[in-house]
Amino acid sequence: MRIICPIKRVPDTAAEKKLDPADRTVDREQSDPVLNANDEWSIEEAMRISERDGAEVIALCMGPDEAQSTIRKALSYGLDGAIQISDPALHGSDAVATARVLAAALRQEQFDLIIMGNQSSDARTMLVPALLAEFLDLPALTYARKLEIDGSTLTVQRESPSGHVVVQAQMPAVVSVVEAINEPRYPSFKGIMAAKSKPLDVRDLAAIGVDAADVGLEGSWTQVVDVVARPPKEPGKRVEDDGSGSVGAKALAEFLAERKFI
Amino acid sequence: MGDILVLAEHDAGVPRRITGQLLTAARERGAGAVHAAVFGDKAAEGADRLGAHGAAKAFVWDSSEADAYVTEARTAALVAALQASGADVVLFSSEPFTTDVAARAAVRVNAGIITDAVDLEMDGDAVVATKAIFGGDMISRCRVRPGRPQFIGVKANAFTAQEAGGAPAEIVALDVQLDDTARRASVVDVVEQESGGRPEMTEASIIIAGGRGLGDAESFRLLEELADALGGAVGASRAATDAGWYPHQHQIGQTGKTVAPQLYLGAGISGAIQHRAGMQTSQAIAVINKDADAPIFSIADFGVVGDLHKVIPPLIEEIRKRRE
Repeated sequence: MRIICPIKRVPDTAAEKKLDPADRTVDREQSDPVLNANDEWSIEEAMRISERDGAEVIALCMGPDEAQSTIRKALSYGLDGAIQISDPALHGSDAVATARVLAAALRQEQFDLIIMGNQSSDARTMLVPALLAEFLDLPALTYARKLEIDGSTLTVQRESPSGHVVVQAQMPAVVSVVEAINEPRYPSFKGIMAAKSKPLDVRDLAAIGVDAADVGLEGSWTQVVDVVARPPKEPGKRVEDDGSGSVGAKALAEFLAERKFI
Repeated sequence: MGDILVLAEHDAGVPRRITGQLLTAARERGAGAVHAAVFGDKAAEGADRLGAHGAAKAFVWDSSEADAYVTEARTAALVAALQASGADVVLFSSEPFTTDVAARAAVRVNAGIITDAVDLEMDGDAVVATKAIFGGDMISRCRVRPGRPQFIGVKANAFTAQEAGGAPAEIVALDVQLDDTARRASVVDVVEQESGGRPEMTEASIIIAGGRGLGDAESFRLLEELADALGGAVGASRAATDAGWYPHQHQIGQTGKTVAPQLYLGAGISGAIQHRAGMQTSQAIAVINKDADAPIFSIADFGVVGDLHKVIPPLIEEIRKRRE
């Protein structure tokens, strides 16, 4: 079996974001970039399948040269290698353009399963797993909190707002996972050392057969009109409870009534 | 040009609140006609009532097949509804399952797609969507490039549903033919947890959220009681779901759900940046925390420094008294 894990390099949530005034994109390299948190669960799930059933696990990352530190971080979990799609023309690609690029790279690969995080912490469109499956003409079992493989049949518990839905499809397929699926491991020292020498296959747009006119800021089907920092919030009112609870309760009820919630 | 198709959400024919919100947004902002698309078992039963919110026609696929397969059956139906309606804008609920359907359909019709809009304005034929990015640190306005269908996902409670007193919507039954690809991922079982009659968190206008400060799973019963007094849903921080005190699908934050209710009331949540990334665009924020230095106070409209276990019981009493 061969599993491919698409991963993303994202700005740290806690980092101050700096905008490039020229094209209104976020200056990602100035924002403490890290491996997207939800990708740790997809990598962990792929590694568990690999350890159980003997699968080869490959990371796939669209990102500039600097993304290689993120790719090496992903490899430190024990993956077998990585593919990086790097091309200056990709800068500013939206979700559809990103999925188009990932799909083009995947068409050059043999695989049984694609496992990815259900969202990235930066844009959080939650679109890419479904878009990727559509471009590849594959079924997608998204929001998996449990994944079982029996022969070529995938059975997934798909997290729903009110519980879960059990869904099934045949491999090859795209699976996106939520945090509840597992508890990711920490990379071992051995894994971190081994990651440095794992094969990394870097391809540009020409190598995967994608026209630069279909990606990037200008080629994306959506465009950003403007981006502004969210205005700082006025400090709110604060009440110290006296330890009985009733002072705080009365004041809070008054606030809720003022705002017409009661 | 300029007609808008609203992808309606319903429970066995009863429109969900988001449906009225989407129709209201479409009616108030769009220049052309507003239509609805309604899929699933019993879809036809309430479809004509969408006229009250301004839908001229309802394109209906009343079939249990819409629920029996994952995403792709509804994708085929949405493409059929789009073609039948002649609309070039689709408004859909930015919730996970529907977003999957919209994403696949967008690729099939070469549309641009935007999710999580909290406001919409028109610029000629283009919908300009306002959304929070980077966990609410920044606000972006974006649009689909001219000349393409526009698929716009809207967050629950971004708009207030208002009936327009329109005539019943004209029902147009869609003839949706499923091929093998539409059936390749199937639903085997649906497992509903006991919701206690509370609204779904991502749709609720009021969310009561609990964190580490609750101390145990049992304390979430107190939160549920408060939620019921206010007619809200219950959410949880990652610390609380990791501890197993509340189910993961209620987790608010960077790795869970992003919510923007009219009222977020957080109890025992310190407000780590990862949690704030999931709730800081809420319209009103109230908090109860015994640590006066908790970062959550910096974004709160109203804060009580106190012990939640002491404050919440009399708060529930006070709310009940005022509601009598």
